[in-house]
Amino acid sequence: MSRFEYAPAPESRAIVDIKSSYGLFVNGQFVEATDGKPFKTVSPASEEVLAEVSEAGPADVDKAVRAARKAFDKVWGPMSGKDRAKYLFRIARLIQERSRELAVLESLDNGKPIRESRDVDIPLVAAHFFYYAGWADKLEYAGVGDDPQPWGVAGQVIPWNFPMLMLAWKIAPALAAGNTVVLKPAETTPLTALAFAEICQQADLPPGVVNIVTGAGRTGQALVEHPDVDKVAFTGSTDVGRATAKSVAGTRKAVTLELGGKAANIVFEDAPIDQTIEGIVNGIFFNQGHVCCAGSRLLVQESVYDEVLARLKRRMGTLRVGDPLDKNTDIGAINSAAQLAKIRELSQIGEDEGAERWSPECELPANGYWFPPTVFTGVSQAHRIAREEIFGPVLSVLTFRTPAEAVEKANNTPFGLSAGIWTEKGSRILWMANQLRAGVVWANTFNRFDPTSPFGGYKESGYGREGGRHGLEAYLAH
Amino acid sequence: MPTKDTATTPRLEVRKTYKLYIGGAFPRSESGRSYVVNNAKGKFLANASQASRKDARDAVVAARKAFGGWHARTAYNRGQVLYRIAEVMEGRHQQFSAEVAAGEGLSISKARAVVDASIDRWVWYAGWADKLAQVVGSSNPVAGPYFDFSLPEATGVVAVLAPQDSSLLGLTSVIAPAIVSGNTVVAVSSYERPLPAVTLGEVMATSDVPGGVVNLLTGSASEIGPWLASHDDVNAIDLCGITSDDEARDLEIAAAGNLKRVRRPAEEDWSADQGLSRLTQYLELKTVWHPIGV
Repeated sequence: MSRFEYAPAPESRAIVDIKSSYGLFVNGQFVEATDGKPFKTVSPASEEVLAEVSEAGPADVDKAVRAARKAFDKVWGPMSGKDRAKYLFRIARLIQERSRELAVLESLDNGKPIRESRDVDIPLVAAHFFYYAGWADKLEYAGVGDDPQPWGVAGQVIPWNFPMLMLAWKIAPALAAGNTVVLKPAETTPLTALAFAEICQQADLPPGVVNIVTGAGRTGQALVEHPDVDKVAFTGSTDVGRATAKSVAGTRKAVTLELGGKAANIVFEDAPIDQTIEGIVNGIFFNQGHVCCAGSRLLVQESVYDEVLARLKRRMGTLRVGDPLDKNTDIGAINSAAQLAKIRELSQIGEDEGAERWSPECELPANGYWFPPTVFTGVSQAHRIAREEIFGPVLSVLTFRTPAEAVEKANNTPFGLSAGIWTEKGSRILWMANQLRAGVVWANTFNRFDPTSPFGGYKESGYGREGGRHGLEAYLAH
Repeated sequence: MPTKDTATTPRLEVRKTYKLYIGGAFPRSESGRSYVVNNAKGKFLANASQASRKDARDAVVAARKAFGGWHARTAYNRGQVLYRIAEVMEGRHQQFSAEVAAGEGLSISKARAVVDASIDRWVWYAGWADKLAQVVGSSNPVAGPYFDFSLPEATGVVAVLAPQDSSLLGLTSVIAPAIVSGNTVVAVSSYERPLPAVTLGEVMATSDVPGGVVNLLTGSASEIGPWLASHDDVNAIDLCGITSDDEARDLEIAAAGNLKRVRRPAEEDWSADQGLSRLTQYLELKTVWHPIGV
């Protein structure tokens, strides 16, 4: 099949000013790490080194927690909700003002298409701060009693798939509720968190209210295990979530975990077909499939299977894989060599177990980490590609005959984060939504987020909610 | 011709066999074990079944089997069933009072007050069945053409290690909030004071509570707890009845295997108002994005 060729339309990276090296952001200042080695963050689209970043060791994490404790006791805790709100509104505005720069920086460091970082990630970041800003002076209406209190110091560990959006999901409700935070961004995507540190400085946020410690698993572990952390929030893999739950066992720390998923995206025969195809594509290829709630298991009613598959393949043939900074790019780079290896391995297992693999012909850039949009058919529920989170642009297709069978298959997973339903029938949407054991159910849409809308999973997808009033509750003692 | 003068000799009472309550039936422990239950002064009261790992697993199977149906009942119906528990308990007031008095070493009048409070607590929780969704749910004003709403839903099978001291009021206060929202429960009673739990099982069996919704095991929480904490078909666990910090930590670690929702042991005042925290502990929030369009 032929497709339109576009001239390159790259977004200029001149707008970002990346320093050659970054320290940790502790107590309002960038400081040198004392007990860790610096590490490099690269652009996954080119393998070019973007900057050198400090690794925070346990002593550095300790300093950050102390700074957060002091800020909680002396400044942020006693401050009126009204003033906390104003700081958060300020931050929301600064993000809007610097949104172009942040979008470019995010796409450079993460590999996601500029179209997504510009139109989805960064606008949602600003919206989250704006939403929670308004809560800061209304906590007594949050539903946890007349005199709600913050936990104190929140230790937060976030993943690399939506670096700045996950930061916003963590920091905005924490600060609104009156907590102070120490946040660890993922080791492959620290740059927008460090840009956020500058934004805190520009907002004159009191020192110690937000601290950013960069590093890998060791740093995260030191933070989660620090005895003076009152509240732990983690987003990432189910395995690390389990380890986090174990490490806080026997303490009084409050915990919320937002972990993996293997969402069913369920297509009924009466679904609006064009919209559905776009929704399937958005469900699994959005952000290269690096989405915990990705619609990675497509369940198609048998009567429309042939048509859906044919149209899906045709649409996949028009997806543009390449330079994340090109405004026409649909699928950017896989975030890291390690993640690419994992996607390749699971895809190979899919083939070995007998599923049929298909990708459109597409030319991948020579440098960087790339994986073509891929669909597996002939997948059974026992196949590993139908059970395990691949976290890449890989879709497994299964079929069903009746709504009851769709429910049975959709719920047949230890995860329970999200699900999708495609049908024109409103009563069926609500019946299905009622049956599905998942925390977020999208009908005739997928991968849609909003600061007012609680997000989080059932079962091994974790516990607690982020977003909305319920997301605020997670940061109030109760 | 009568051999004794029945007018002057008190009637010999018919004692009860205290058994487990699993899936709506009253089996003895499959292990064949029982243990001696004494009153607060050390005098023999009864032999209770000592539940084993296998009994706990059977109870989880029964609870899982009952979950779909119980969870699918209307909130109104679940509320009525819980209220029915209170009604049936009234009829056994005297028996509960005697068991609580003997086990907890209370005067009979204090024991009666505990039974009153326990019955009232079932009534209080019964009323929550059809109010929870309104109090903890929400509709969410998203920036797009969707009706976006969030509703609470039962998390599934809840394991409860019931309080050791408060054998009826405490037990009630940990079971009622779990089942009212549609969860099913496997509870391990107080070890030294198990008799009210067995009698509560008999109430369950006669109160329109479907078999398997509440399963009651008598025995040692320290022995059975680890098997429930590590069981992959249990969704949440209440560690209330664990008195050792180390044991509680180990159970919490075991519970991380399938990311159970864990309620840690804490100081509890069972006579105080209970608030929402035990109710919301066993709820999942489901957010639905429903399209709007012509």
